[in-house]
Amino acid sequence: MKELITEAKIDKLEEIRHFMDRYQEELDCPMKPQAQLDIALEEVFVNIAHYAYGEDDIGGPCRIVFDYDEETKVFSVEFTDSGMPFNPLAADDPDTSLSAEERGIGGLGIFMVKKSMDELEYRREDEKNIFVIRKVLK
Amino acid sequence: MIIREIRDNNKLTLAIKGRIDTATAPQLETAVKTKTDGVEQLEIDLKETDYISSAGLRVLLAAQKSMKKQGSMVVTNVNEVIHEIFEVTGFLDILTIQ
Repeated sequence: MKELITEAKIDKLEEIRHFMDRYQEELDCPMKPQAQLDIALEEVFVNIAHYAYGEDDIGGPCRIVFDYDEETKVFSVEFTDSGMPFNPLAADDPDTSLSAEERGIGGLGIFMVKKSMDELEYRREDEKNIFVIRKVLK
Repeated sequence: MIIREIRDNNKLTLAIKGRIDTATAPQLETAVKTKTDGVEQLEIDLKETDYISSAGLRVLLAAQKSMKKQGSMVVTNVNEVIHEIFEVTGFLDILTIQ
């Protein structure tokens, strides 16, 4: 298990990514789930940076816990913020059958996370948002 | 991210090297906005790109919409990872991939 305490600001993204990369290298993570986790990490974190603390990219505490279960091969990333209640899973999926003219720009990020991860979990606990993404490394 | 610009009459190629993510997507957005005046064919070359997040997809969608008014846009040299992202997001139908 590895923990990173950071700020929910876009410019922290690179540091967080490198932190996860290093852990995944230790685990000898296969390339495909690594690439998918890389994107999911960005989408979820950017979502928190944009929405959790009210104003766009204003910043606020964010705790990220990375974990790997050797038995189940599940790699998980748990994001905790103390911002306003926000459940990313509550949003409607974008209609991917629409043409370029009809397509809006919203909801794509979380949709990509839904499609690429094996399990997502949101809960509100002690005035905190907790969002977990899980991916089997295979 | 590095954007290389190759011009051939009314054709413009933007060859992108590196990640198209939340931090770098605005750079591509600016390039598309400021360099496509009078361009009828825009090529986005992703040969040296192996990462695109939703921020990058949004820029490609906007570019596709604006180029449709003045010509066309193609996306070339898409690797497997990005191809799969285009597939699940429905972008294979929106973009012209060559």
